[in-house]
Amino acid sequence: MSLLEVQGLEVHYGGIRALKGIDLAVAQGEVVCLIGANGAGKTTTMRALAGLLPAAAGTIRYAGSEVTGLPVHRRARLGISLVPEGRGVFPRLTVAENLQMGAYFRTDMAGIAADLARVYGLFPRLEERRAQTGGTLSGGEQQMLAIARALMSRPRLLLLDEPSMGLAPLAVQTIFETIRLIADQGMTLLLVEQNARLALEVSGRGYVLEGGLIVHQDAAAALLASPKVRAAYLGA
Amino acid sequence: MNDLLPERCYRDPRLAWGAYAALAVLLVALPFLVDAGMGRSWVRILDFALLYVMLALGLNIVVGFAGLLDLGYVAFYAVGAYFYAILASPQLGIHLPFWALLPLGAGVACLFGVLLGAPTLRLRGDYLAIVTLGFGEIIRIFLNNLNAPVNLTNGPQGINMIDPVRIADASLRRPTEWLGVTLPGTHTHYYLFLLLTLAVIFMALRLQGSRIGRAWAAIREDEVAAEAMGINTRNLKLLAFAMGATFGGLGGGLFAAFQGFVSPESFTLMESIMILCMVVLGGMGHIPGVILGAILVTVLPELLRYIGPLQEGLLGRVLVDPADLRMLLFGLALVVVMLFRPQGLWPSPVRARELHPDNPDLIRQEQEALYDAER
Repeated sequence: MSLLEVQGLEVHYGGIRALKGIDLAVAQGEVVCLIGANGAGKTTTMRALAGLLPAAAGTIRYAGSEVTGLPVHRRARLGISLVPEGRGVFPRLTVAENLQMGAYFRTDMAGIAADLARVYGLFPRLEERRAQTGGTLSGGEQQMLAIARALMSRPRLLLLDEPSMGLAPLAVQTIFETIRLIADQGMTLLLVEQNARLALEVSGRGYVLEGGLIVHQDAAAALLASPKVRAAYLGA
Repeated sequence: MNDLLPERCYRDPRLAWGAYAALAVLLVALPFLVDAGMGRSWVRILDFALLYVMLALGLNIVVGFAGLLDLGYVAFYAVGAYFYAILASPQLGIHLPFWALLPLGAGVACLFGVLLGAPTLRLRGDYLAIVTLGFGEIIRIFLNNLNAPVNLTNGPQGINMIDPVRIADASLRRPTEWLGVTLPGTHTHYYLFLLLTLAVIFMALRLQGSRIGRAWAAIREDEVAAEAMGINTRNLKLLAFAMGATFGGLGGGLFAAFQGFVSPESFTLMESIMILCMVVLGGMGHIPGVILGAILVTVLPELLRYIGPLQEGLLGRVLVDPADLRMLLFGLALVVVMLFRPQGLWPSPVRARELHPDNPDLIRQEQEALYDAER
């Protein structure tokens, strides 16, 4: 059984149907990506999964129970952790304080300390900058901080929304190397990405979203090889 | 508060204790010094300064900690003041004891805080500011008009002859003999307010350092991200409104008992703006800064009362009415501070660093604070 199961999910903005009923599933330990053009509904899907947008229809099941109507903070406590588009670091809190906020609802001090050491191991740059405020970091470092902060909640499902957005090519590379590292450690990941090639390269499976509908789904390797996907999203 | 004392005090605890002891002696002696040096009216101003420190610290919870812009804060002050005034005056012929009414009034103000908070949870920034502004005005207009059909507030005339604070049956407005020293009413009120102010400072400090305080900081910085961290933003925003309102209600009760008279005129929008100025001028979210801001904004305008006699002495007549100068100079001071110290006169080290990121002193301070926090 899948960790995340979405059925017939619809999201409306006023009268506009941004998601017109999508089905998707992510199994424990799997890395899945959502690709698609601007306005296809990728970020809307992520926000609905995290609880930031209400579902107009359909169900979201997570770890065997329905979470469709739960508020954001309840889903976060269940282990669904969103790294929002645009990163959302706390600009006036220091790096260490940002990370501490990630573990906000946890009470196991020893576990938190161990996870802090783990994310500093994953992102040595953050340890160097632990006393600096989040707002003074570069874009790439902020993205690292956002991911590290999400990991501090010890999530079971990590939702990454456009991790490459607005970053220099070198920073994008570093971020994706880390994403691969996190995936290799067994984290379940759902990834939304503008850069379809990069996303498919780290994923096991992929969904193609178009106009609020899933038009295609397959193993990532198959999508990378598909002439249609190549023409539309990979620019080749 | 890690920046309250000079740096070397933290290396030597004896120095720190010495500094605190000196401060304590100064605070105890202050009304006598001021009385002897500047006159009784200045002790009264001192009392008001303490009252405003409490109010500013209350508003600081809402604005500085949680980042919710509240332009109607004076409403809670009014609720606390009228609650005491109505239940301890000839207005309805009810005379309940001060020590019962003070916490009750704070509680009622707290309820009003939730009442304001609940419908505004989805609003942010300017929209929230407008709604809170409206709320402040609604309360004032109610107070102005609740003299009919039942005369509850006595309308624009206000409520007079409010019962004083009583300690062991002795009115605090009358001179009190204590250990052979006769304390005038202004002095006894000073000590009462000082004790309560210290309690409020203590609570504000504990709140800021707590899990709740950290959650407020996260909400202030980025509400969506805060929610994604598992923070129940709805409850915590309500709590910020409620806590702020509680302090406001406490201040109101003290004001009514101290003054003996309340009227809607004391609770105008201008008053809300003044309290907000104390918070912003001092350094939003930084408790020592907010205290400084409250004292400055209360005390400095009073210096203007010397301007009239000064003009007469120099020019032989009053050229500019000091009352006109008050707002002009206040506005000027605000503009100057916002231009040159936008983070406030005494900001928290982290905020100050945003404008001076190369200051090595502050970097070190921050690192020390961090290691403390991690331990």
